[in-house]
Amino acid sequence: MRRGTTIYLYELAWILPSIAIPVGMLVALIVTAFGAGIHVPGDEGRVDPTKLAVTSPFDQPGVFEVGPGRYEARMVAGTWFFAPNEIRVPAGSTVTFVATSKDVVHGLFIPKVNVNVMLLPGWVARVVARFDRPGEYPFLCHEYCGIAHHTMWGKVIVEPRS
Amino acid sequence: MRTSGGRTTDLASENRLTGAYLVVALVALFGGVLTGLFQALEHAGLDLYPWLTPFIQSYYHGLSLHGVLNVLVWTTFFICGFLPFVTAQALGLPLKSRPLGWVTFWLMTGGLVLAAIPLVGNVATVLFTFYPPMKAHWAFYVGLTLVVVGTWLVALNLVLTHRAWRAKNPLARTPLPAFMSLVTFVLWTIASLGLAAEMLFMLIPWSLGLVGGTDALLARVLFWFTGHPIVYFWLLPAYVSWYTLVPRQAGGRLFSDPLARVSFILFLILSTPVGFHHQFTDPGIPEGWKLVHAFLTFAVFFPSLLTFFNVVASLESGARARGGKGWVAWFGKLPWGDPSLAAQVLAMLLFAFGGVGGLINASFNLNLVVHNTSWIPGHLHLTVGTAVTLTFIGITYWLVPYLSGRALWSRRLALVQVWFWFFGMAIFSNALHRLGLMGMPRRTMIGASVYLQPEWRSVLPLVGIGGTILFVSTILYFVNIGLTVVASREPAAVEVAFAEALSGPEHAPAILDRWGLWVAMAVVLVVIAYGPTLARLVSTTPLNAPGLRVW
Repeated sequence: MRRGTTIYLYELAWILPSIAIPVGMLVALIVTAFGAGIHVPGDEGRVDPTKLAVTSPFDQPGVFEVGPGRYEARMVAGTWFFAPNEIRVPAGSTVTFVATSKDVVHGLFIPKVNVNVMLLPGWVARVVARFDRPGEYPFLCHEYCGIAHHTMWGKVIVEPRS
Repeated sequence: MRTSGGRTTDLASENRLTGAYLVVALVALFGGVLTGLFQALEHAGLDLYPWLTPFIQSYYHGLSLHGVLNVLVWTTFFICGFLPFVTAQALGLPLKSRPLGWVTFWLMTGGLVLAAIPLVGNVATVLFTFYPPMKAHWAFYVGLTLVVVGTWLVALNLVLTHRAWRAKNPLARTPLPAFMSLVTFVLWTIASLGLAAEMLFMLIPWSLGLVGGTDALLARVLFWFTGHPIVYFWLLPAYVSWYTLVPRQAGGRLFSDPLARVSFILFLILSTPVGFHHQFTDPGIPEGWKLVHAFLTFAVFFPSLLTFFNVVASLESGARARGGKGWVAWFGKLPWGDPSLAAQVLAMLLFAFGGVGGLINASFNLNLVVHNTSWIPGHLHLTVGTAVTLTFIGITYWLVPYLSGRALWSRRLALVQVWFWFFGMAIFSNALHRLGLMGMPRRTMIGASVYLQPEWRSVLPLVGIGGTILFVSTILYFVNIGLTVVASREPAAVEVAFAEALSGPEHAPAILDRWGLWVAMAVVLVVIAYGPTLARLVSTTPLNAPGLRVW
């Protein structure tokens, strides 16, 4: 009987922190997501993957200035390219990437600025990143997309403000 | 042979069935590790693929073989052999239907062969996740579906066997090993519905040319419906060993039987409605639903922590019985000379890191740092590649002698093998984790990549070194197992003896044995977490993406 009671207390002493730890971590990630504004991609609607050439904004891939210091990169991914594959913006710019795939599943990954989004044919992806430091930021396809997957990349070139 | 209620039950047929599953599982393990070696060497700058044609026609052909053989076939066939064995032993009853058991085995093996033909022939180079619109040969999808149907028949046989036991024992608690085996297969049956739906309604008709298109997102939602809980289908059989066999191997007792049951019931309820944490970066799923799945993933962490406590406390009871002292020093008093125990304790050690990494992956926006980087294979080689695989290897160190009646050929070689795996994996996985944080993508022929970063170069050789040590470990394993079966002359002195508990089943509330309630809770949570998104996608998706062969 006594042994049973001891075991019960040991269990309880472990169970309570085991609940507290995940709850604490959950609070931390809610704060960073909705307090600090670090979001994951959401639902931005669909697009017909077989009609990208005639569907705005993917009929004109490129980089467009949409406001002071704000740019929109309209991108199409395909085997095995990004269009555009070079994006030039001045330092301090905020870039919204609006992207999709024209064939299989691809990814758009820019390390260090937390651009990490899947590009699915039929679905519009939209993510925002800020580029403060001048330099080259390679972006790569990070989902297996066929035999030349490892050649699919491009770069954001952030130019110093003169 | 073992006795049950004064009668002797002959489980020879069950043992042969387990042996048959084990043979297929081990062939898959070997094939997967071999192809894995070439990938690790490629990362280290040694590209062997030009010499491997026509057997392996590209890095990605090898990668598809590696993933399918190790993560799908090795695990599933081992589990379908091991858990029915455990259940029959624990209940002291043969399987309810032996013919069904063998039909199931041949159905699964037939399905495997059907899937393997296009896979080996480089017409299913779609990796183990086979995301459409990349399109494999139809035989690949049909074959894998037959394997899944086979696992349902294993579940059916276990449920029928448990019913037969229950009819004779209306008031007793289900023995813990049988209880855990049943939970695992019930969990899997619920979880596999997503994959089954993806195969039957999307991929098979599409690959046969009956429908023109597909949808990448709907397919991924259905895949990950199964794709996260499948890790519990792999992991819980390792837990069965850690809870019900390892404590006795360590010379101790299971700390708490009721707590073990509670954690398994929680796995049953919580492990399926979490799949969006693999899709945090997918478009087309609202952020709010992703957060719900993140929350539920954190909830599954709770039964994992219960398991951690219970298993470590059980090990400690064994070590203290052997003279262990102190807060931590008792760890050294475990019977480290037993390769089966050493394998499983080392698997637990690396799994602790796997668990921490898993929490990071599940952490919603923190996932943006690691998603689809080499951090992820670094993580899953600690979980399925070590917690599961090294535990299963440890189990075979007593199971193969038990089934063959021959003593393990070399205990010392087995110990060397186990430590090689531990150190090889520590090096390999640490390197992949670090490279992931440096922005190196997963599933990529890195040595040939046009964007190979200078800072990756200092770490990439460690991938090759760790992978080579793992390969050597595997060779030592197969030499030992092979010689055990063909050359060992000593009879095996193995008994299947389940651990007793310090706090036994008599302390477990009867409600834990009421299945309807828990299954209903699991289904309700799945409906809440997946219902709205699935209903929206199914009703509005045009299925207009044509299939492509891109390799």
